Amino acid sequence: MSKVIVVTSGKGGVGKTTSAAALSAGLAKRGLKTCVIDFDVGLRNLDMIMGCERRVVFDFINVIQGDAKLKQALIKDRRLENLSILPTSQTRDKDALTQDGVERVLNELREEFDYIVCDSPAGIERGAQMAMYFADEAVVVTNPEVSSVRDSDRMLGLLNSKTARAERGDGSAVPAHLLLTRYDPKRIEDGEMMTVEDVLEILAIPLLGVIPESPAVLKASNVGVPVVLGDTSRAGTAYEEAVGRLIGEQSEVRIEAESRPGLFQRLFKRTA
Amino acid sequence: MFGFFKKPKKDGSGSAAKERLQILLAHEKGSGPSPDYLALLQRDILEAIRRHVHVEKDAVDIRVDRDDDLSSLEINIELPSRAMAQAPGT
Ligand SMILES: Nc1ncnc2c1ncn2[C@@H]1O[C@H](COP(=O)(O)OP(=O)(O)OP(=O)(O)O)[C@@H](O)[C@H]1O
Ligand SMILES: [Mg+2]
Repeated sequence: MSKVIVVTSGKGGVGKTTSAAALSAGLAKRGLKTCVIDFDVGLRNLDMIMGCERRVVFDFINVIQGDAKLKQALIKDRRLENLSILPTSQTRDKDALTQDGVERVLNELREEFDYIVCDSPAGIERGAQMAMYFADEAVVVTNPEVSSVRDSDRMLGLLNSKTARAERGDGSAVPAHLLLTRYDPKRIEDGEMMTVEDVLEILAIPLLGVIPESPAVLKASNVGVPVVLGDTSRAGTAYEEAVGRLIGEQSEVRIEAESRPGLFQRLFKRTA
Repeated sequence: MFGFFKKPKKDGSGSAAKERLQILLAHEKGSGPSPDYLALLQRDILEAIRRHVHVEKDAVDIRVDRDDDLSSLEINIELPSRAMAQAPGT
């Protein structure tokens, strides 16, 4: 059975695309046939993060509008044979995402893939609505900071009302997982940011993982290699563990900062 | 000794980002063909082929790989095994 998973947040810039790329690469690494779709029409970025930007010919919107077949628009990842990317259009606008069209494409993808990961745009407009509408599960990406947590709460409300699953009216909401990203233990220790417990208490959904703030993420986006495929990093490992939980493995969530050298530098400066 | 450790690391990822963006943006808004030309090209190729042999509507598959000074266009055309024999006018 295939699963459609939306990666959403409400607030912009919290790490949705980074997470969609890392989770889908992580799923494919485990041998699961995975497709990741960019729903951010007009602001295409997933192709860059996945490192396939030079190979885009047709896109999601071309397929919806019947200008191209799905198999022509899907880009096969060169590193993982189980991974495909469906880029979006850089030139059209979000109105091109019709509900019928999105459903048709998702249904066709369901025939071939185990996991279909939808990278949602920020906000609560059409792009975000369409990314979540047909989801079987949601990954809510949140930073430990007030506006991000508030927006996540709003998205949880929408997941429970404005989705095909919610509209069926059998009381079943879209199961949502919390992915806490850009987590900086140092700033949390200093009391500058909310703790994991704080965020969990407010949002009251199960924790999928905690991704530390990490220079490895920026480097990964620079070179177009999802962080789980690059050099070993805490962020990459945290994403791999999150993938495990997404497919039902039970494991404790570890919270570790990325760089010891960074810590030493700070200590050094302080005593100097 | 200290100077050695303080040297900025040259992992090249920053310059890789710049290079990738330059190539992408040059192709997106450069003097080259419009972004949608590939869809039209595919249609034209299909039409040309269909004047001679019968192929399916999705028989033409176009792949690109854009690079700095050279882009490659890979066009695969699926011909049914008896297409040549069935070609009109032959
Ligand atoms: N764990 C992390 N450590 C350090 N930087 C991060 C981390 N996660 C994300 N970032 C950085 O945050 C920025 C935004 O990330 P990303 O593009 O994934 O967010 P987004 O939610 O998809 O944004 P948008 O709402 O614009 O689509 C990027 O520069 C990315 O490199
Ligand atoms: Mg994004």
